[in-house]
Amino acid sequence: MTLLEVAGVSKVFPGVRALDDVSFALRPGEVHALVGENGAGKSTLIKVLTGVYRPDAGELRYQGEPVSFATPMDAQRAGISTIYQEVNLIPLMSVAQNLFLGREPRTTLGLVDRARMDREARDILAGYGVTTDVRARLGSLPLGAQQMVALACAVMIDAKVVVMDEPTSSLEPREVETLFGVIQDLHERGIGIIYVSHRMDELYRICDTVTILRDGKLVHTGRLADLERVRLVALMLGREVSDVRREGFTVFSGDHAAADDTPVLRVSGLSSRNRLHDISFGVRPGEVVGLGGLLGAGRSETIKAIAGAYPVDRGEIEVDGAPLRHPTTVKAVAAGIAVQPEDRKAEGIIPGLSIRENIALSILPRMSTFGLVSDAKIDEVVDRFMKRLRIKAAGPHQRVGDLSGGNQQKVLLARLLATGPKVLLLDEPTRGIDVGAKAEVQALIDELAAEGLGVVLVSSDAEELVEGSGRVVVLRDGAVVGVLTGDDVTTESLLATIAEAGA
Amino acid sequence: MTTLTLTTPRRADWLPKYGVYLAIAALIVYNAAFTPYFLTVSNLRIQLIQVAPIIIVALGMALVIGTEGIDLSVGAVMALVAALIPLYLGYGVIAAVIVSLLAGVAVGLINGALVAKVGLQPIVATLALFVGGRGLAVVISDGQLKDIRNADLIYLGSGDLLGIPVLVWTAALAILVVAFTVRRTVFGRRLLAIGGNRPAAELAGLPVQRVLITVYVLCAVLAAIAGLLSVGRIQSSDASSIGLLIELSAITAVVVGGTPLTGGRVRVLGTVAGAVLMQLVIATMIKNNLPPSTTEMVQAAIILVAVYAARERKTR
Amino acid sequence: MTVLAVAQRRAGHAFQRQGALAVLAVVVLIALAAFPNFRSPDNAATILVAAAPPMLIALGMTFVIITGGIDLSVGSLYVLGGVLASWASQYGFVAAIAVPLAVCGAIGLLNGALIAYTGMAPFIVTLAALLGARGLMRAVSDEGSTTYIVQNDAFHTLGTGSLLGIGNQVWLVAIIVLLGMVVLSRTRFGNAVYAVGGSEDAAALMGVAVRRTRIGVYVLSGLLAGLAGTINAAKLGSGVTVLGAGMELDAIAAVVIGGTLLTGGAGTIAGTVAGVLLLGVIQNLINQVGDLNSNWQQVISGAFLALVVVAQTYLVRLRRT
Repeated sequence: MTLLEVAGVSKVFPGVRALDDVSFALRPGEVHALVGENGAGKSTLIKVLTGVYRPDAGELRYQGEPVSFATPMDAQRAGISTIYQEVNLIPLMSVAQNLFLGREPRTTLGLVDRARMDREARDILAGYGVTTDVRARLGSLPLGAQQMVALACAVMIDAKVVVMDEPTSSLEPREVETLFGVIQDLHERGIGIIYVSHRMDELYRICDTVTILRDGKLVHTGRLADLERVRLVALMLGREVSDVRREGFTVFSGDHAAADDTPVLRVSGLSSRNRLHDISFGVRPGEVVGLGGLLGAGRSETIKAIAGAYPVDRGEIEVDGAPLRHPTTVKAVAAGIAVQPEDRKAEGIIPGLSIRENIALSILPRMSTFGLVSDAKIDEVVDRFMKRLRIKAAGPHQRVGDLSGGNQQKVLLARLLATGPKVLLLDEPTRGIDVGAKAEVQALIDELAAEGLGVVLVSSDAEELVEGSGRVVVLRDGAVVGVLTGDDVTTESLLATIAEAGA
Repeated sequence: MTTLTLTTPRRADWLPKYGVYLAIAALIVYNAAFTPYFLTVSNLRIQLIQVAPIIIVALGMALVIGTEGIDLSVGAVMALVAALIPLYLGYGVIAAVIVSLLAGVAVGLINGALVAKVGLQPIVATLALFVGGRGLAVVISDGQLKDIRNADLIYLGSGDLLGIPVLVWTAALAILVVAFTVRRTVFGRRLLAIGGNRPAAELAGLPVQRVLITVYVLCAVLAAIAGLLSVGRIQSSDASSIGLLIELSAITAVVVGGTPLTGGRVRVLGTVAGAVLMQLVIATMIKNNLPPSTTEMVQAAIILVAVYAARERKTR
Repeated sequence: MTVLAVAQRRAGHAFQRQGALAVLAVVVLIALAAFPNFRSPDNAATILVAAAPPMLIALGMTFVIITGGIDLSVGSLYVLGGVLASWASQYGFVAAIAVPLAVCGAIGLLNGALIAYTGMAPFIVTLAALLGARGLMRAVSDEGSTTYIVQNDAFHTLGTGSLLGIGNQVWLVAIIVLLGMVVLSRTRFGNAVYAVGGSEDAAALMGVAVRRTRIGVYVLSGLLAGLAGTINAAKLGSGVTVLGAGMELDAIAAVVIGGTLLTGGAGTIAGTVAGVLLLGVIQNLINQVGDLNSNWQQVISGAFLALVVVAQTYLVRLRRT
C-alpha cells in the first residue's frame, strides 16, 4: 500500500507550468529521494504534498484515501510534516518554546508548564544527539542543532510522512551521521521520508527510491541502486549520456576568443566566509566561460561576489587589467561589469516601471545633462535595444511587470548592454522563458561574445552550458573542482566531473 | 517551465488614480449649489492659504513614500524651525531662512543616515525625532510663544505678490520643482527605481544610499520651508503647537492622492489633489455646521478607504 | 566562534535584557545622592502614581510591538477613556469602568481586524484610529466644551484612596502588570505573540493562529489605554479633554528603552516597567531642578530611543555573524 501519492498532478502559475502531469508514490518506511535542478518543480511538488498549494489537476491520495488539504496545518495534523531548507523556526524564542509552540503542556491553572516543557524538550532532543540548554534562544544554537530541533518538531507530532528539504546543507559531518541515525530509526518505524538533496553520496547511502523531475515533468522514478550516478546527473540536467548528438540542441555557434588576448576579467583566490573557497579563473574578450556544478555549488555566489553584491573576504578581481578593490555594485558597474541575477523578479527588473525606464536605469547619467534626463537620448537607445533584442511589447511605455518572462529577460539584458559592459555575468539567462525567446537569448549571447565581450554563463541546463561555453569551470561546495577546455567541453565530461566530485 | 501567456491584464485601478479628482469635483459642485459664499474670492483665498503648508510638507512626504519609506518627523522639523527663527531673525530674514533650511538639512541627514547607512526601518528611524524633536524645539524656545514683528518674514507668510499670497506662490513653485524632479531628473528616476525594487536597483549600480539620504533631506527641507512660512503667517512662533499632527495630514494627502505606501510610484498632482480634497472636506463640513468631531471621524474613514484602495496587491 | 564574539554576544544579550534596569538603578542612585527631596517616601509615591497610567499603556504597547506592530491610537484612547469614564460614572461604579473599556476595546478590535485581514500597515491604521478616537471623544464631550465630573464616590476612591500607604491605582496597575507578565510568558497566547513577531511564516506553519493573535494584541492595547484613562479620571475627578497628550510616543519610547525590539519577536514586560519608571524618574528630576524646561523629557526620550534602536540594530547584526 502506498502511504502518500499523487497521480497526474499539474500546477500552473501565471506564465509558468510548474508541474506537468507528475505522478509520485511514497510507501511506508521508504526513504524516497526527490531530485532536480532549480525550477524543476521539486518545491512545487512538495508544496502540493504538504497542503501549501492545491493542484490544478490530478489527485492526492493519503493512506489510500483521496484527500485535499486546505492549509499546511491540515496536512500536518494528518501526519505530514515538513522540514524546510532554511530552518523554519523562530530564532528569538527558546528551544523548548519552539519545540512545543501551539501545543505547550499546561498546568491545571491553564498556564504553560515550563518545567515539564523544558524537561520533555531535553529528553526529546537527547534522542537526536542534541544536548543543549533548552531555555536558550534557538538562534544562539549552531545551525546543525537548529536543524535537529526542526526535525524533532516535525517528528514529534505523530508524523507518518516527513519531508526533508536539503536537511544536510548546513550540517557538519558528525551532525549528518546523527541525522542519518534518526532517519534509519524513522525508516524502521515505518515512517515514509521524502528526501531532497543534491549530495550524491548521501542519496546513495540512505535512499531506497528516487524520483527525478525536470522542467516540471517526471523524467524518471525507480530504485536508486539500479541507477548509475552519471545517469542520475544526466537525467537531472537534461541530457542522455548514451545519446550525444553531433549537432546539439542549442543555437550557439562556438568559440570567438583569440588565445593570446589578455583576460578582460581575472578572478583569483576569491573567498567568502564559508561559501566560496579560493576561486580563480579568467575570461578573455570574446570568450564565454561557463560555471558548472549543481545547485548550491557556489555559482550564483561567485557571480554576485564579482558584481560587488556578495561579501568577499579575500581574493582579487581585475577588469581589463585594472584591479577592482573592495567591490561594490556601483564600482562594479562603473568598471564595466554587468550582472543578470538568477532571480529576475526579485533582483532584476523593476516591475512597476516601464520598459523604457528599466532599460535606461543604469545609464541615466549618460542620458542627461546637469542631472536633467534627455528623453530624446533615451528614446534613441531604447528604440535601438528593443529592435535589436526583438522585445515584444505594446510600446516602450508598457509596464515591465506585464510582459512575459522572455521579454522581461530581454529588457533586463538590454539594460546590461546599454551600459556598454566589458564583462557580462549571466545567471540562468534562459530560465523560465519560452522556447522561442530562449533561442533568441542564446543567439544574442553568442553574438555579444563575437563582438568581443567576456561572458560568464551559469546554467543548470547542461546542453546550454556546454554548447554556449568555450571553457567550463566546474564548482562544488564553493570551490573549483575541474576545468573543461577544448574538446573536453562535452556533456559527458561535465557530468562525469560533477558526479566524480561526489556532488 | 513553459510560458503560457504574454501579458496579464491589469486590475482596474481607477479609484486610487482618479477617485480624488472626482471627489473634488463633486464637493465643488455641492458647495457651489448649497453653501453660501463658497465660491467667493475671499473664501478660496483662505482655503488656499490654509492648504499651502500641508501641500509643501506632503510633497516631501510623497518623495519619501516613493522610496517605500515614511517620515514621521516633519512636524518636529516645523517646530524646530519655529524655535530657531526668533533667535536669528535679528540678523535679518535671510539669516532666518538660512538657519531654517540648515535645520531641515540636519534633520534630513540624521533620518537619511539612519535609514540608508544603519539600515533601520524608516518608521523606526524617524520615530526618534518624532518623539524628541518637538521637545527640543520647545526647550530651545523655552516654551514661550514669541511674536514675530519682522516685516520681511510676515510678508513671506502673509503678503501678496500680484494679488496672490506669497505662501501660495511658494507652494506652486514647490509643486513645479517636485514634479519636475520626479519626471525629468536622474535623481527622480532613481528614486522610483529604488522604491520599486531596491535589490534590483542596487545590482543595477545605482547609488542607493546617496539617493535615500537625499530624499530624506529634501523632505525635511520642504517641512522647514512650511514651518518658516507658517511662522510668517501666524506672525508668532509657538514651537509646541506649530505643525502638530501635520505628518498625519501629509501622509493622508499622499495616500488619498493615489501614491501607494509600497513605493515605486509618486503622484505629485495626486498628492496636491489629496491635500486639496481633505481641505475641502473640512471646509465643507465647517460651513455646514458639522462639528470638528464629525470632521475628524470622516477624515479617519477617508484615510482608511484611500489606503485600502491604493494597496498594491502582489501581482504574481 | 572566537572568545571575543561570545563575549560580545553575551554583552549584547545583557544590554538588551537588563539595560533599562541598569540605567534606572544608576539614575536612582545618583538622584538619591544629589537631590535631598528625591529621598522622601512622598516623592516615591508621586513617581509611582504618575507612572500608573503610562505603565498600562506601555504594557499594551509591549504586546503590540512584540508582534512587530505599533499602536499610535493609544494617546487618543487614553483621553477618550477618561472622558467616557467620567460621563458614565453617573450610572454607577460598574458603568464608569465598563463603558470606557467596551468602547476602547472595540476600537482596538477594529484596529486589529483591519490590520490582520487587509494587510494594511499598523501605523496607518492606528493613525486613522488616533483621529477617529479623538473625534469620538469630542463628540462625547460636546466638542470639548463639557468636562464631566466624576459622580460616583466609589469610583473616585479608586483614584484617590490608598491601601497600606500606597495609592489604590498603584496596586491596581501592579496587579495588572503582574497578570500581563503571566500572560506573556506563561500562556499559549503569550507564546503566540512572540512567535508572530519572530517569524510570521514559521508561526503560521507551526499552527499559530496569526490573525487571532494580532487582533488580540490590539484589543489588549485598546483596553489598557482605556483603563489608563479611566484610572486617571478617577484620580482627577473629571474627564480632561486635553488633546495631543502624546502618550503613544512616551509609551513607545518606554517599551523600546526597555529592550523590546521594534522589529518584533523579543521583549519583556520587566524591561518595559523599567523603561516607564526610568522616564518617570527623569521627569521627576527635571521637575526638581526647578528652572529646567519640562520638555527636556521629550528630548531625553527621543535620544534614548535613537541610541537603543541603533544599538539593537548593531547587536542583532553581530549575533547573525
